Amino acid sequence: MSCFRLENVSYRYDKALVLNGVDLRLEPGEILGLFGHNGAGKTTSIKLILGLMTPTQGRVSVLGGEAGDPHVSQHIGYLPENVMFYPQLTGREILNHFARLKGAPLKRVPQLLEQVGLGDAMNARVKTYSKGMRQRLGLAQALLGTPKLLMLDEPTVGLDPVATADLYRLLRRLRDEGTGIVLCSHVLPGVEPYIDRAAILTDGAVKAVGDLASLRRQANMPVTLSIEPANGTPALEKAIAGASAGNGLMIKKDNGRLQVDVRPSEKMALIQSLMSSGEVQDLGIYQPTLEDVYVHFIGAGGLAHRGGAQ
Amino acid sequence: MNSIWTIARKELSDSLRNRWLIAIALVFAVLALGIAWFGAAASGQVGYASTPATIASLASLGIFLIPLIALLLAYDAIVGEEEGGTLLLLMTYPLSRGQLLFGKFLGHGLTLAFATLLGFGVAGIAIALLVDEVAVGALAAAMFRFIVSTILLGWGFIALAYMISVRVSEKPVAAGMALGIWFFFVLVFDLMLLGILVASEGKLSPELLPWLLMLNPTDIYRLLNIVAFGEGAQLSGVLSLGADLPIGANGLWFALVLWFVIPLAGAWALFRNRRI
Repeated sequence: MSCFRLENVSYRYDKALVLNGVDLRLEPGEILGLFGHNGAGKTTSIKLILGLMTPTQGRVSVLGGEAGDPHVSQHIGYLPENVMFYPQLTGREILNHFARLKGAPLKRVPQLLEQVGLGDAMNARVKTYSKGMRQRLGLAQALLGTPKLLMLDEPTVGLDPVATADLYRLLRRLRDEGTGIVLCSHVLPGVEPYIDRAAILTDGAVKAVGDLASLRRQANMPVTLSIEPANGTPALEKAIAGASAGNGLMIKKDNGRLQVDVRPSEKMALIQSLMSSGEVQDLGIYQPTLEDVYVHFIGAGGLAHRGGAQ
Repeated sequence: MNSIWTIARKELSDSLRNRWLIAIALVFAVLALGIAWFGAAASGQVGYASTPATIASLASLGIFLIPLIALLLAYDAIVGEEEGGTLLLLMTYPLSRGQLLFGKFLGHGLTLAFATLLGFGVAGIAIALLVDEVAVGALAAAMFRFIVSTILLGWGFIALAYMISVRVSEKPVAAGMALGIWFFFVLVFDLMLLGILVASEGKLSPELLPWLLMLNPTDIYRLLNIVAFGEGAQLSGVLSLGADLPIGANGLWFALVLWFVIPLAGAWALFRNRRI
């Protein structure tokens, strides 16, 4: 049973087509990163999965049922972006309130608050909480009732590096226990090691989806080789130009090293040719990062207009 | 039902925490005792006048105060959750919009009911204990009728406030509209009715006119608390139209109940169609 399945889902609001034929799924025990610019359709997709809206076209199924069905909602944990709570209540009172609504046991509330690092602050009013503390409370709220599907929108906002690392460790543990997790984040470099698959949305459509290796293949972006010459840069340049795979490549000089961008399909041929030339002292390979792949898919021009990845 | 009660108990504990409940009760008690003791001051004497006079005075003051308190209590029920950023989160829980709205109504309704019971109840007991010549049975019956009708009137205005709260997206707008509702039913409606009476120069069907009073819950409330005292009751102003109403006290009670049921159903319908 999938955690959720969007099948050819479109959503129209007024005259604007907010989502256009989206196919996306999440399996148990998987962390999916959902990336896209403002207005790309991330929030709409999440709201459809949560059952807050119904699609204009297509099908949304969640945990084997209908989105928004109370029996389904009971097994979903959701942390909205900029989560807010009742300022006059204490952290513990708020979690008790939400636990009652979810039918989750109240006796686990203090334990959950400890787990997110709010053990000492659970009896303080939320209006005295920092942004990071509110975020942790939001996370504890999302974890109520051991959800099978966890959707976190910008979960690391306001968290310091230690808390962020704690969060990712926790998410990995939940994933290993079989929870399906959706992670919306604009902090792409930080999130890269923790997601199993990424979906890149732009203008209401899924532009690319897959694990990082497959996204790199789909993007067919060049790999950068950083080479330290054994006998000076001119000899190395000659060796690169002489290799069949190196023909016509742009070579940049960087601090006594040479940087060459090469197509993935030609990478190994070039490396083998250079290694046999004896001109290489040291060699580093730089794959495109998630951020590079993201920029590739949404287009660098689009990034400037849209004010960055969100 | 559990979800409804969870929402209701939060509203109840909120009104205990922010002292709303106790403040309303206190206002009601002071007001009732003040009117009981000084109600006859206009005729040159201080002391308890009579039960019908006291209840009529209380009802006349109640129509200003009860709607205002109810509207203040409830105008931000939904729009406040939305502005505070908690509505979206609540709606991702196994909680329907109807359950949220009815839970709020239960919480606000009970707050108002407890405050009314406490405030006027204490005042009623004080009158019974301190006034020598009062007929306790008649006082208890009148007070009971007064308290129940006050609660129903308050519920009506809570439901009206919800109709605003589910529609608008900013709290100040909701507050402004709530004041508008108060202004219309408490101040404008009767003047309008008088205006219609005068302008129609008797051309309007005399059978129809009394029914127009049913369009205002505060008029129903006053009729209930005055007419109940029978033939000797003093109906003044547009309320004198009520003497011709063929529906009796039971009909008035029914009308007052409709005045919270229909707006509440309306608020629910509006809320269901709202985009979150």
